[in-house]
Amino acid sequence: MSKLGTLGARLHRGEIGYDFVKNRRIWYGLSILITITAIVGLAVRGLNMGIEFQGGAVFNTPKNTSVSVLKAEEYAEEASGHDAIVQKLGDGSLRIQVAGIDTGAASKIKASLADDFEIDPEQINAELVGPSWGEQIANKAWQGLGIFMVLVVIYLAIAFEWRMAVAAFVALIHDITITVGIYALVGFEVTPGTVIGLLTILGYSLYDTVVVFDSLKEQTKDITKQTRWTYSDVANRSINSTLVRSINTTVVALLPVAGLLFIGGGVLGAGMLNDISLSLFVGLAAGAYSSIFIATPLVADLKEREPQMKALKKRVLAKRAQQEETSRPEAADEAYAGEPGDAAAAVVGPRNQPASRSRGRGRPSGKRR
Amino acid sequence: MATPKKGRNASAQSKPGRSLALILIAIAALTGGMFASGHTTPRLGIDLAGGTSITLRAVPEAGNESAINKTNMDTAVSIMERRVNGLGVQEAEVQTQGRDNIIVNIPKGTNSEQARKQVGTTAKLYFRPVIATEVSGGGAAKPSPSPTGSPTGKPSGKATERPEVTDKGSASPSASPTTQGRAVTDALKASPTPSASASDQAKASPSASASGGTGADDPGKLQERYAKLDCTDPKTRSSVGDGVKASQSTLACGKNSGGQWQKYILGPAEVDGTDVDKAQATLNTQTGAGWTVQMDFTNGGAKKFGAITGKLAQNQPPQNQFAIVLDGDVVSDPSVRQALTGGNAEISGNFTQQSAQELANMLSYGALPLTFKVDSMNTVTAALGGDQLQAGLIAGAIGLALVVIYLLLYYRGLSFIAILSLLVSAALTYTLMSLLGPAIGFALNLPAVCGAIVAIGITADSFIVYFERVRDEIREGRSLRPAVERAWPRARRTILVSDFVSFLAAAVLFIVTVGKVQGFAFTLGLTTLLDVVVVFLFTKPLLTLMARRPFFANGHKWSGLDPKSLGAQPPLRRTRRPSAPIETKEA
Repeated sequence: MSKLGTLGARLHRGEIGYDFVKNRRIWYGLSILITITAIVGLAVRGLNMGIEFQGGAVFNTPKNTSVSVLKAEEYAEEASGHDAIVQKLGDGSLRIQVAGIDTGAASKIKASLADDFEIDPEQINAELVGPSWGEQIANKAWQGLGIFMVLVVIYLAIAFEWRMAVAAFVALIHDITITVGIYALVGFEVTPGTVIGLLTILGYSLYDTVVVFDSLKEQTKDITKQTRWTYSDVANRSINSTLVRSINTTVVALLPVAGLLFIGGGVLGAGMLNDISLSLFVGLAAGAYSSIFIATPLVADLKEREPQMKALKKRVLAKRAQQEETSRPEAADEAYAGEPGDAAAAVVGPRNQPASRSRGRGRPSGKRR
Repeated sequence: MATPKKGRNASAQSKPGRSLALILIAIAALTGGMFASGHTTPRLGIDLAGGTSITLRAVPEAGNESAINKTNMDTAVSIMERRVNGLGVQEAEVQTQGRDNIIVNIPKGTNSEQARKQVGTTAKLYFRPVIATEVSGGGAAKPSPSPTGSPTGKPSGKATERPEVTDKGSASPSASPTTQGRAVTDALKASPTPSASASDQAKASPSASASGGTGADDPGKLQERYAKLDCTDPKTRSSVGDGVKASQSTLACGKNSGGQWQKYILGPAEVDGTDVDKAQATLNTQTGAGWTVQMDFTNGGAKKFGAITGKLAQNQPPQNQFAIVLDGDVVSDPSVRQALTGGNAEISGNFTQQSAQELANMLSYGALPLTFKVDSMNTVTAALGGDQLQAGLIAGAIGLALVVIYLLLYYRGLSFIAILSLLVSAALTYTLMSLLGPAIGFALNLPAVCGAIVAIGITADSFIVYFERVRDEIREGRSLRPAVERAWPRARRTILVSDFVSFLAAAVLFIVTVGKVQGFAFTLGLTTLLDVVVVFLFTKPLLTLMARRPFFANGHKWSGLDPKSLGAQPPLRRTRRPSAPIETKEA
């Protein structure tokens, strides 16, 4: 912990840090690669929609069937190759629902089930069932999603600025695409639980991005009043300074989900849990990753195109060149790393702002506010 | 606590004890309420706890066998889904089975009888002109009810109580007193007043029906049955309209505004439920009509409705009324004062909010040419085996234990505040969910459980953001108490901004969507609100209090706030030390 603690301190002071913005091309490339894989997977394999969406077949066994629910589920999945939902009814009969079955396949499964259950096939009643997650629910969900997206982009554009809104939106699409792509690749059946999981991710991805952006906004408030750092530099510092928070939050959010996925789904073999926890795990990880590696560098990219920021960059570069001339050994990079004790007090760096302010106050009068 | 801070922004922070007391009282009250109500566990959804399965068979109208088709069945499913799921948190499932069956699964603990009723009445809706009507007071032969009925009926009052249909588009006639329309409607209103009492209407009806027996297959026989009809008998009521085609005249029963049963002879249906585009309950404050139901007709419906109201407006009461008949029951019998051609109409009467919404719901979703008979009701076990739930719970518990260990390692003493906050959050969520079960039928399904697990991350994030801010302040050389106060406004903004996004998602999805998505949105909104409540009323005040303890304030090695291990900058600490006494005096 103490190592982590000092890591936090050093990140805070800007002594160490990873240049997220400078290396953004690598991460953009990586994300594009993953996204393309996801899209290809989606296009080639398609999504395996569960019975709740596409309907399927239902087999009703006679009263007092002696086979247990668990066994029946096994049999049905074996016979059909799809996930099965088995429920025991009050009179002791079983209701077995299997997705993606047409009439022809249904009679085959019926025969196979009757064989497994050791009963007469005639006693099993097979029928087609419609989706319980009907088109209406799906349509309204899309509609709600659309309205929310529009509202959240407007909100972010007002609370922050449109560039951040755009970046947050791109990050969101990125997360959703990856998660859906993983589903297509792994071939898990999409259930209502999956959809709920996706919606949860949508909320979380935006939440995480907003937290990072909030710090970015705070640190770039007075950026044009100094000539030491460009917008990209400050954006990078902002990511690094919230890095500890991002890591901690991601760990805390991922641990329980990982528990569900690896222990619950993997070791204890709870099938249905896999569906939801997989989408949550992938989505949460993608959400945390995209806020840092995609969204913020994207904002920096967009911001650097602004004339104001271009002018700033010019000034900063000019100053650095000048400094380099006067003092050879001091590389530009070091200046950027910036020790707060620097005498160049006129330059108010965002990172050092609070420190220098409090020092300035503390010294002459001892008054704190 | 003894020295109140004058200069500080004197919000809740200055009285940390108070907020803590508030939230503890809230927990105690919720827990008490939970035990008092006897619902100590949240109601579980059908995937976790099983429930009841109702199988319904569609019965087409006589002579309309083709009504059983995919489109109609799908419409029926969405109507039932809407009815049985009301707020969307009940987690009921509705699906078609085979060609003409619909299965409705409702979770354990739901009133299955009520659910059966909700899905069993399929809402075949007709607008029929009223030919005759009278109170069916447990034997129409008895002369006594009508004399006693009329005085209590208060002639003038009765007339205004009768529901009226007015044109929504023309801003309701009564609102424009100068126009001619007002005079006409007044005249019409005035004349029925004396005859509006039940007994008088009855007198008027025989002659009326004789002359106006339009299309009645056998007016005489209908009249005879009408005289014998006793609407107070539930058995008679349920069978009175059986087997009648829409194009035939019929008998019907309905409750009037006074709560009495009223019997009717009704003409052939002129407009039916498919002609209503949508309907909604609105509180009409302009005219003081109270709760009303506004209907929008489809194009065809608007024409038909204009024609029938034009015809009816010229008639004498009760023949200027039409009856809105739902599954054979008269749900409303408004009178008409003028032809309504605007394509929309407003039904006013003495509705309560609930009855107006019910009627609007039925009008909106009542456009089905099918009836449904309950074939069977059966209990079903959970779709997810009990072992799965158990596995999930074990896995979740292990995950949570890991979270606690991580927090302990990283935040040390501070983690107790984090863990306590998580516990408070969990207690609030659990009690609220338990109480919402009986209150609004909230049922917890597996996705909701997973959502709650993700909520741990979002809740924890709020105090991670705050703790990191506090640590940043310490790193800049502040002592703990000012650091706690200075970090708060910045952390607060971050928490509010990000939680707002989550809440926006929840609110939009809850308003727009139906079914399970709506249930999810509800859970998300609830946990987001609780997050804000816990951080503001628990975590922050607790940290303020703890900052006064020497263990934390002096930066004990295990407090998680040790300036040295946090790497506070030595030069800054040197400059800070002289000013320290001033600081404590100030704080």
